[in-house]
Amino acid sequence: MAKGLAEKENLAQGEDSKRELIAKRVAQELRDGYYVNLGIGTPTLVGNYIPQGMEVVLQSENGMLGIGPFPYEGEEDADLINAGKETVTEIPGTSYFSSADSFAMIRGAHVNMTVLGALQVDEKGNLANWAIPGKKLKGMGGAMDLVASSPRVIIAMEHATRDGQPKILKQCTLPLTGQQVVDMIVTELAVIDVTPEGLVLREVAPGVTPEDVQKLTEPKLKISENLKTISV
Amino acid sequence: MIDKRVANADVAIEKLFDGAVILAGGFGTCGVPENLIAAVLRKGTKNLTCVSNNAGTMDAGLGLLLKTHQIKKMIASYVGENKVFEQQFLNGEIEVELNPQGTLAERIRAAGAGIPAFFTPTGVGTVIAEGKEVREFDGRKYVMERGLRGDFAFIKAWKGDRWGNLIYRKTARNFNPVMATAADYVIAEVEEIVELGSLQPENVHTPGVFVNAIFQGVNYEKQIEKRTVRKRA
Repeated sequence: MAKGLAEKENLAQGEDSKRELIAKRVAQELRDGYYVNLGIGTPTLVGNYIPQGMEVVLQSENGMLGIGPFPYEGEEDADLINAGKETVTEIPGTSYFSSADSFAMIRGAHVNMTVLGALQVDEKGNLANWAIPGKKLKGMGGAMDLVASSPRVIIAMEHATRDGQPKILKQCTLPLTGQQVVDMIVTELAVIDVTPEGLVLREVAPGVTPEDVQKLTEPKLKISENLKTISV
Repeated sequence: MIDKRVANADVAIEKLFDGAVILAGGFGTCGVPENLIAAVLRKGTKNLTCVSNNAGTMDAGLGLLLKTHQIKKMIASYVGENKVFEQQFLNGEIEVELNPQGTLAERIRAAGAGIPAFFTPTGVGTVIAEGKEVREFDGRKYVMERGLRGDFAFIKAWKGDRWGNLIYRKTARNFNPVMATAADYVIAEVEEIVELGSLQPENVHTPGVFVNAIFQGVNYEKQIEKRTVRKRA
């Protein structure tokens, strides 16, 4: 029993470090002055690794620019939440607006970059991340709007499913969130660019070979001429 | 004399009828017209179509009207976090139309602004575009979406005056201002009714022209769905 728990904890820590590696690598894509929308889960962690000296403004599609950290205990405000419905705080420079203005901002491509998770991505940059037929009914929320119009869409996800099946496919089989919308995929194993010529492997995690990545990826990866090791 | 004040939520929804389409403000349990929902619960109005970003939770928001089977159809962008809703959907007791969140907001904005339809890039090549006109502009594909109006709009604001001028607080604004523009009868519940002239004109979010009735709500619960905090250093 005790051993089982310890194993579980190790596994959980493994998951945490994977998520952190992914978030730190995605954070390297931020630029000073960017307005960025971060999805729920691992993408949210990117906000913890904004490079020193940069001003990056986080957008929340429920109507806020300039998301601050979680509130101190006892200072939660029910009128102040992010799109994940978590209590947050404001920072100097924060602004609030309506949902209509929020999505005008998103569709109008004023938000520079969006980071979100995925169930499947394919070699054409199609994304599926909102529905599994026959399973729970949830809804797409703002994901379809974000991926359709964001100038840069980065997927932050674990490379394969829990039982080792590829999530990067030749063709998505789940209902699509958007068609040809993904620019880059960052996983705990690799950084992959989606290009008109197919998927290009740009970086591999320390100790990971291109062959390791290919084994867990359905379409054939082109290996970049200056393949690098992920450094975070 | 313009005085849109009514005594309470029960008076405000006197004209509500079975089968009405209600636009209800709120994002999750934030900025939800709690008093109006409670009044509909008391009145027992049935076969409602509710347009709202979410379907509430088990014990808050529109979730309360789901439990009593007063809602026939939900138009929303995200309906997770509500087991009652899920069960009713699986049993075929409730109809659901999922809209991308930005499309939902823009459909309401368009209707309120006298625009019957518009083209958006959102949802092209997905199930959302099925059966809808897709047209190319400047080399990019867009799907046609229709404006969406309500018979009633239930608005939750922070402060308002007898003319119906409203201001919202923080992210409790969300869908409220846009919904206030797109229904035949718009009811605003506020935490405080203030004297005419005491709201800063530059800071009015919803000008009174859009509002038909206003009242001061009572006993706000303001549930928090996900209480996230940080430790003091």
